[in-house]
Amino acid sequence: MHTFEFTRPKDPVAAVAVAAKSKTAQQGADIRFIAGGTTLLDLMKLNVETPDRLVDINRLPLDKIESTRDGGLSIGATVRNSDLAQHARVQKDYPVLSQAILVGASAQLRNMATTAGNLLQRTRCMYFRDTAMACNKREPGTGCPAITGSNRGLAILGTSEHCIATNPSDMCVAMAALEATIHVQGPKGSRAIPFGEFHLLPGNTPQRETVLEPGDLITHVTLPPPITGSKQVYLKLRDRASYEFALASAAVVMTIAGGNVTRARIALGGVGTKPWRSSEAEAALVGQPANQATFRKTAEAALRDARPQSENKFKVELAKRCLAHALQMATA
Amino acid sequence: MSNNEGSGLSVDASRDGQTSRREVVIASAPARIATSATARPISRVSLNVNGAVREIELDARATLLDALREHLHLTGTKKGCDHGQCGACTVHINGRRVNSCLTLAVMHDGDTITTIEGLGTPDALHPMQAAFVEHDGYQCGYCTSGQIMSAVALLKEPCGPSDADVKELMSGNICRCGAYPNIVAAIQQVRKSD
Repeated sequence: MHTFEFTRPKDPVAAVAVAAKSKTAQQGADIRFIAGGTTLLDLMKLNVETPDRLVDINRLPLDKIESTRDGGLSIGATVRNSDLAQHARVQKDYPVLSQAILVGASAQLRNMATTAGNLLQRTRCMYFRDTAMACNKREPGTGCPAITGSNRGLAILGTSEHCIATNPSDMCVAMAALEATIHVQGPKGSRAIPFGEFHLLPGNTPQRETVLEPGDLITHVTLPPPITGSKQVYLKLRDRASYEFALASAAVVMTIAGGNVTRARIALGGVGTKPWRSSEAEAALVGQPANQATFRKTAEAALRDARPQSENKFKVELAKRCLAHALQMATA
Repeated sequence: MSNNEGSGLSVDASRDGQTSRREVVIASAPARIATSATARPISRVSLNVNGAVREIELDARATLLDALREHLHLTGTKKGCDHGQCGACTVHINGRRVNSCLTLAVMHDGDTITTIEGLGTPDALHPMQAAFVEHDGYQCGYCTSGQIMSAVALLKEPCGPSDADVKELMSGNICRCGAYPNIVAAIQQVRKSD
């Protein structure tokens, strides 16, 4: 691990001011916020992340879960994943979020990981995590050895010729389906970022994963008012029964009336380079009868643009079955 | 404690005032000099460990695990993977189970830490320790302190009644010897007796 200076700012304004001096907020950032540290320290031990300065935000007043005026929910940046998953309002009104968090990581990690940190969780691609390997995300221009190499766990949606790394977060898939908003305080003031606009596709700049700029501090995430009568399911498929990343996962938030789907928000995990909100699936569902035939057509639509890698053609069918099954579970 | 005569380095376990082989190795590792003149920024941190306040000076890079083992000589907590994947390093911070390898000591100034040494003594075992002995919940013992710390924390977390529920919540602690069935039995016994 490279040496660094450790600082603990007294308030968010001071935290933003310190981090604003960083050359980038993306891969290679020289100044990093640290909250739970479960991604950052993991990568610092591998020298994939090499900040000169760590800014500890754990003791800033960003740790509350509160109802918002419109009946939605505000989730502080440093709320621990375990607290978020167990919160009464989340379990009652946004159960897909609770389900998603509880099938992720381990109990110890959920006690440490934070909302903001989980939004910024980084790929598990073995080439990214190994500084002996080339990697366009870690060192732009060096190439992507995964494309012709070991890629079983990597992405089939949103890839480019420069990067096929999967986004591994479960929480993010649920938040995408819940249409969360990410609130950021930066050097120029505050702004609200719709969830789907926060994470970037790799394109030809895989080192840029989010829209954050130097100094940007995620302060909280808001969820819109709960949809009355919505059925919510998070289904995660993986090699081990627990404590393993998704091969494919699906978050479903669906409303059914008179046997037809009246509203649907669908997101996929384990298969995309970013948390994968599927407008194709939603379009295939709304107005259709809530039955297996519809669900299978929906799954086909969601994966129509999938481009499998040499070792993960199975993910296309697996993701389809995952989504179809999650939709079926949501009607129960 | 032995001498590695070939290299000329002493491999004494770290004691105050003596230089261990490990410390010499670390001192010789390349250190990035950023804006300050200090090659290895030293930080002070105060930790309440097993009921006693301990003040330590350490490299900011030291994880809580490193601080407990190398600075405080509380070697009951183990380093298995150092990446939060095995759970052997599980301790309690302010009552919650965490992987001590994935957090920095300097982040926990003023926090309350409990390690396996703080759970019970040989003469007064914690009920979970006693249950592990009764159910033969270990073989080599390397994962055991992490398993016990994790299991004790689980008692205060929402957990369904079945063995499957316990296994799910204990999935962050792995055991190469395969003592899992006995570990689950020990935990279930303590849960039922509470």
